[in-house]
Amino acid sequence: MRVFVNGDQHDVEPRTLALALEELGYGGKKIATAVNGRFVAAARRPDTNLADGDRIEVVAPMQGG
Amino acid sequence: MDFYGIDLSSRLLLGTARYPSPKILAEAIKASAAEVVTVSLRREAGAERGGQSFWSFIRGLGVRVLPNTAGCHTVTEAVTTAHMARELFDTPWIKLEVIRDDETLQPDVFGLVEAARVLSEDGFEVFPYTTEDLGVADRLVEAGCRVLMPWGAPIGSARGLNNLYGLRALRAHFPEVPLVVDAGLGVPSHASAAMELGYDAVLLNTAVAEAGDPVAMARAFALAIEAGRLAFAAKPLEPRDMAAPSTPVLGRAALGD
Repeated sequence: MRVFVNGDQHDVEPRTLALALEELGYGGKKIATAVNGRFVAAARRPDTNLADGDRIEVVAPMQGG
Repeated sequence: MDFYGIDLSSRLLLGTARYPSPKILAEAIKASAAEVVTVSLRREAGAERGGQSFWSFIRGLGVRVLPNTAGCHTVTEAVTTAHMARELFDTPWIKLEVIRDDETLQPDVFGLVEAARVLSEDGFEVFPYTTEDLGVADRLVEAGCRVLMPWGAPIGSARGLNNLYGLRALRAHFPEVPLVVDAGLGVPSHASAAMELGYDAVLLNTAVAEAGDPVAMARAFALAIEAGRLAFAAKPLEPRDMAAPSTPVLGRAALGD
């Protein structure tokens, strides 16, 4: 299945957001996520199913003013 | 000073971006005595996973964080970003920015009010980055904001307080709402001037981070803010057009012809 993670195309096997993040190396990291522009809380990732073409945003803390 | 029930003794809120190094950032925060620092969030990519080390660094500072929605141009973007920030930083506080104009980073005040309403209803404690417009401020308070953060001047411009009259009027209209001058300050005297107007606090980033010596500048701003607050509490004189002799005239020796 083809998804876009932070704008880059990836082919992933897993069907849920939690498993896809694990496969992409984000397991256990301090991140927050959105799918197709909608926030997905950490607790909802295991039951959030992905579809071909989904746009996933993965963000982390950074410096800000 | 009280923000949403949190009592703070420092009236300086400090941004964490654009410092020469994390070490200098940490020293600047210490020198400023700031208890609140602003942070943001960005796409986490690349092998280094920079966000993870920044998170550890911030946690080690022992300060409260105020995440922002910098870079958001729509209500949807800002609301989604606020939700991600609340989960990441484990705080209901959000510095709400909805930007309209990319040259001046002037807020989209219509989007700002709408996003503030949506977020306040969802339990967020919103710190809106706004202008000094009284009508907008009133709408923000109606939307649930219990702190207002008008700009002094465009972000990063170092111009100081562009509209003294507007900022003074805002203070007079909202005597009970904590007001923070956010953005546009360049030197400590700008911050002192904001405090002399009766503002509750000042939020800074670039003026400290991009100074030749950010640590010394952080200390200078802290002192200026304290001085300005003391001056406000001491009830400053009103300006007048003509001189008023400070030395008593009565009893002056008659030495003329």
